Amino acid sequence: MKLKLNKTTRKNFATYGVVILAYVLLQVMKGSLSSSLKGMLVPICAYVVMAISLNLTVGILGELSLGHAGFMSVGAFTGVTAAIALQNVIPAAPLRLAVGLAVGAAFAGIAGFLIGIPVLRLNGDYLAIVTLAFGEIIKSIFNNLYVGIDKNGMQFSLLSDKTNLAEGGKLIIEGPMGIGGIQKISTFTAGFILVMITLIIVFNLVNSRAGRAIMAIRDNHIAAESIGLHVTHYKMMAFVTSAALAGAAGTLFAMNYSTIMANKFDFNTSILVLVFVVLGGQGNMLGSIVAAAALTVLPEMLRTFADYRMLVYAIVLILVMLTTNNATLRSWFSRFSLKNREKEAA
Amino acid sequence: MTFLNFLISGISLGSIYAIIALGYTMVYGIAKMLNFAHGDVIMVGAYICFYAVSRFSLPPLAGVVLAMLVCTVLGMLVERLAYKPLRAAPSLAVLITAIGVSYFLQNTALLLWSSNPKVFPSVVGNGKIEMFGGQLTISHVTIVTIAACVIIMLALTWFTGNTRMGKAMRACSEDKGAAQLMGINVNATISMTFAIGSGLAAIAGVLLCSAYPTLVPTTGSMPGIKAFTAAVFGGIGSIPGALLGGLLLGVIEIFAKAYISTQLSDAVVFAVLIVVLLVKPAGLLGKQIHEKV
Amino acid sequence: MKKKFACLAMAMIMVLSLAACGGKEEAPSSGSESGAAAFMLGGTGPLTGGAAIYGNAAKNGAQIAVDEINAMGGIQFELKYEDDTHDPEKAVNAYNALKDWGMQISLGSVTSKPCEATAAETYADRIFALTPSASSTATTEGKDNMFQMCFMDPNQGSASAQYIADKTLGTKIAIIWKNDDVYSKGIHDTFTAKAAELGLEIVSDTTFADGNDTDFSVQLSDAQKAGADLVFLPMYYQPASLIFAQASNMGYAPKWFGVDGMDGILTMEGFDAALAEGVMLLTPFNADSDDEATKAFVAEYQKRFNEIPNQFAADGYDCVYAYKQALEAAGATPDMSAEELCGLMIEQFTSMTFNGLTGDGMTWDASGAVSKSPKGMVIENGAYVGLD
Repeated sequence: MKLKLNKTTRKNFATYGVVILAYVLLQVMKGSLSSSLKGMLVPICAYVVMAISLNLTVGILGELSLGHAGFMSVGAFTGVTAAIALQNVIPAAPLRLAVGLAVGAAFAGIAGFLIGIPVLRLNGDYLAIVTLAFGEIIKSIFNNLYVGIDKNGMQFSLLSDKTNLAEGGKLIIEGPMGIGGIQKISTFTAGFILVMITLIIVFNLVNSRAGRAIMAIRDNHIAAESIGLHVTHYKMMAFVTSAALAGAAGTLFAMNYSTIMANKFDFNTSILVLVFVVLGGQGNMLGSIVAAAALTVLPEMLRTFADYRMLVYAIVLILVMLTTNNATLRSWFSRFSLKNREKEAA
Repeated sequence: MTFLNFLISGISLGSIYAIIALGYTMVYGIAKMLNFAHGDVIMVGAYICFYAVSRFSLPPLAGVVLAMLVCTVLGMLVERLAYKPLRAAPSLAVLITAIGVSYFLQNTALLLWSSNPKVFPSVVGNGKIEMFGGQLTISHVTIVTIAACVIIMLALTWFTGNTRMGKAMRACSEDKGAAQLMGINVNATISMTFAIGSGLAAIAGVLLCSAYPTLVPTTGSMPGIKAFTAAVFGGIGSIPGALLGGLLLGVIEIFAKAYISTQLSDAVVFAVLIVVLLVKPAGLLGKQIHEKV
Repeated sequence: MKKKFACLAMAMIMVLSLAACGGKEEAPSSGSESGAAAFMLGGTGPLTGGAAIYGNAAKNGAQIAVDEINAMGGIQFELKYEDDTHDPEKAVNAYNALKDWGMQISLGSVTSKPCEATAAETYADRIFALTPSASSTATTEGKDNMFQMCFMDPNQGSASAQYIADKTLGTKIAIIWKNDDVYSKGIHDTFTAKAAELGLEIVSDTTFADGNDTDFSVQLSDAQKAGADLVFLPMYYQPASLIFAQASNMGYAPKWFGVDGMDGILTMEGFDAALAEGVMLLTPFNADSDDEATKAFVAEYQKRFNEIPNQFAADGYDCVYAYKQALEAAGATPDMSAEELCGLMIEQFTSMTFNGLTGDGMTWDASGAVSKSPKGMVIENGAYVGLD
């Protein structure tokens, strides 16, 4: 019996397939990979999750967010703090990582909800600038936050270290110094699982009643409202999901390095993730995955250019945007594509 | 008296944001794109002026004119090569291209002029005016910056209101299709907008570095983002709005540092921005456009 | 259609990049065996971006030392610096690229946070690392094979406070520091602790950060209002130059006291040295020194790079010479593995004494911290003069 699947389902399965195939291939080749590529596997997974989650906001919900790294930051700091605090309670690293990811996602989701209340009342570029503003505020707060743990539980203070930890206590977040001495427990397998979970969540959301409502709002929010859709409710649903996934990505990312600091998750990181989304195509999850992976590997592969590395990166970025978005150039390139020739021949 | 001193520093910082924001707003109003490379054009302008004055010992004014010329040409060139092919593309694609251009300019500057900071020679000297027995000081740079800012704002308002090209610009910002049908050359108008915006960027660069005299390849990026914020604050697309937004942003930044906390000043500035946008969703002087189905 | 095209383009980039990565890895494995004549020395630093000046200086300094040593015959080095854009994530990538290249001994990273990240990697991979300039405590903490050529931040903070108290340079002290920078924060914290111990009164404590490092009128008037007679500036020279200019505009002239990051201020192109007149700083290196070795280094650096070297360049230069001395003393040969070299280097560095541009009689303890005495300098007539 031939399985009949509609176009979206086929596309979704293709996306799952590509991710699984990439994982299996990389696992098989693991012995022969360069250290450079091996070192990038976990960050690639984190950026892929970031790109998919931002694509939910930008592509599916249709709102431009310039502060996505802020949620990554919330997830990174809270998730790592949880993992460090539970170091003695949960000795098994994978379980601790899972708890960290859940905590990171939860806190980022809460942050997303709180930020969503004012943000989603706006639209267009004004919404974009407010997300940028929140991203900067989050960065500023983590740069001034001190969190310690001792036998009396967690201690917080802002601006300067006033935690007064008891004997044997440990300062986890040290303001501008961020978190140091993190045990690197993120693995490629964990990253792969997180990517798969993200895809399942996003695809199921998009293909549900709620997802169709969200896309209806994107296409015309007045029309959507007029047929009785609760616009804010659905917008919030997409925004909070997106934020929570970004938080999990942040935890995964942070647990791959021995140190993190608030300044890493700045405007430039938000923009970087936005580049993945736009390059991969808005609403196109597979595109986001490929773009995130390719653009993370690209600067490393350009190391042969030495001093000219980032210059070449900029030129490649501009050229790719031009070739994929300019009608004339695209038709010129598509003359070389096999499919078109077949079409012409037929 | 300290309050007045802080107010003056705020206005001085704010008027620099305002000049940059004017460039942002011009381009946004007509081309409907966020030109994130604007901040880096500022940096290029400052470097050109620096080399003209300190290496080739041209008079400061000639340096400013040269910087304006170079930036105008650069702005038009960037528009022609990177933005014009994307006229029909979604606005996000253009945004990303602008970011690519920004990386390109920064890294070219790094290769051409090295990462060593240069100390910019103030084009208006280091003089200052003292009042109330030296308790209140205003430097010449501050005065020139504020004056330049107001003059540019008035000139732009006059230009867009009264000249043929200015009217064409306003027409393009309302509706490109209709403007074209009326016989307006949309491409030439947009190109002209970039030329003016980039020329302004050169002036902004020179004034920025005269007031805060260190020059590195990343000099333009932070003021660029702040100015973008200022433009939105005042209502993006509105020329008086950019001036108002810039000034307010500068004053709030200084006051937040002085009276709240130097550590959290950036957070305070952005929090004020959020509150303002919630009360006035299109910025202080922006036009609220009602959508029709 | 459009999306498909975009996907196709992306997929092509992917394949290309994978191919490039695959291709790269073969080269080093053969390179490290056949090219056994030279020690493979690698380091990461910000060669582009906002902190590029520090990375490039350390790289240039190290390159001069390598070329000099190679010209002498005897021990040979091959040096490679990779760009980390002052970002821990990119630093780990850069470090991995160096590992693929066949690095045997490392120069760590130039800046503190990236170095913390690469130090965890060098520790796990058992590759010995000597950083020219990453000065935070966390860099070396708990790692037996991570050593520093520069002072640790806490030492600088307490040494500065001690110096100010000993010479009674000031009684009311203001501090302006950068609150999103590890270096500045580290020095600030130990300085305030030590100052409290010594009875120095801190009357004003203000900050700035990356986004607002242009206008210092608020911080300066706070210090002025509090009647501070000495302002301590634990920061790099770029914001410091703005502070001097703005203070002079305000007519505020306290004593200024800087740390080693202040070194380099006189080499800024176009800087009015009169603004820095009387600035005191503790620095291990001074480009105007009469010392023969320093003079030769400065001359060579100027010839090649058309700039006056700062302390990062001198630290990079010293690192390579320290390696030369240690490798010679240990009788190490380039065909040894990184792990063997690591063991030998730990042994040498904890026992040897090294004389370099940035200090005489330097020794290291087992934690990896260097012990050398900072020199008090004061800027007079546009030049450094020893304070003692």
